Amino acid sequence: MKCRVCGQPANINLKAYNTALCAEDFISFLENRVLHTIKKYHLIEDGDIPVVAVSGGKDSLSLWHIMNKLGYGADGIYIHLGIGEYSDISLTKIQHMADTLKRKVYIFNVHDLFRKGIDELARAMRRPPCSACGMVKRYIMNRVCIDKGYTVLVTGHNIDDEASALFGNLLYWKREYLWKKNMVLHGIEGHLSKKVKPLFLCSEREMAAYAILCNIDYIYEECPFSVDAKSLVYKGMLNKLEELSPGTKIRFLKGYVKMVKEEVEERDYCAICGYPSYGGKCNFCRLLERFKIQGNIYFEEHGACNLDSPQRMVT
Amino acid sequence: MRVEWDGRALELVKPMLVSKLLEHFSLSNETHLVIVNGRLVTEDQKIGKDDEVKFVRVVSGG
Repeated sequence: MKCRVCGQPANINLKAYNTALCAEDFISFLENRVLHTIKKYHLIEDGDIPVVAVSGGKDSLSLWHIMNKLGYGADGIYIHLGIGEYSDISLTKIQHMADTLKRKVYIFNVHDLFRKGIDELARAMRRPPCSACGMVKRYIMNRVCIDKGYTVLVTGHNIDDEASALFGNLLYWKREYLWKKNMVLHGIEGHLSKKVKPLFLCSEREMAAYAILCNIDYIYEECPFSVDAKSLVYKGMLNKLEELSPGTKIRFLKGYVKMVKEEVEERDYCAICGYPSYGGKCNFCRLLERFKIQGNIYFEEHGACNLDSPQRMVT
Repeated sequence: MRVEWDGRALELVKPMLVSKLLEHFSLSNETHLVIVNGRLVTEDQKIGKDDEVKFVRVVSGG
């Protein structure tokens, strides 16, 4: 198979686009798609200060790399969940990327605050680990944005993450989540940061290929708590459909983007921290109260910005 | 050829196309990338008996 652009031997076949590309042309293709997504859907605009949520996996590390390569200078946030070697290896890979990019990464350690890793914390909360993890991550990432002056939280959700979540929400008609999967989730001044997903139209396969071709050192091992995740079953089903009919996943999501409607939701705000909540206090502040934890939440900072930090975008 | 997969190393004698090798292991082109001698390759690539092959799983959960 030859590269459709230059005629050299191809490194990847992209059936959804009816094309095949060599390493160099694929890297340009993917970076251009991310740039196009950012611009077309107004993910990051003049005056924005982006920060990337990094996990150490292929998607978030590649996204961090691409953002900085495209001129969207961004720092990172990592939440060390205390999942043994998995969390430690992830952190090492993130610190390496921070050093390569000459950017700062904020590190929040779950164990330092709660004296428990996420699994033990989840047991104490009587929640599944993924639910506790999501709650802690949402709070801490929002807190970094609000406290440190970042205006946009950038996440590495890809086509497969979004299509599988949408599929699950449709399958069980989870109306409360159905219209909350767009690639831009608007913020509320002083309460909630804007969230964006520049990889919304990039597949997991493309992101893994990008990481390999750019020599991005990511953690290959899976989070041990994701083994039985339903999202993996949905991803498997969608990939079967994709094999039979290339382009299914991207059409599914693009159709959603055309139909999505903004639902204005009545919000309460936590009486303690001011972040959105569904009661008088948010779940995170309730948790702090339950464990009698007082005082400031501490973020370790690794690396330094090569420019004044945070950096306001001029696009 | 030497195939690295799922933490194991296996030896296969017969040369074959990448697409056939994926079939042999019941793997999908959508969910696995194939590296031959350190180079990412497409499914029509022929793999020789002295080549080193690695599968890379692309699906992550959670």
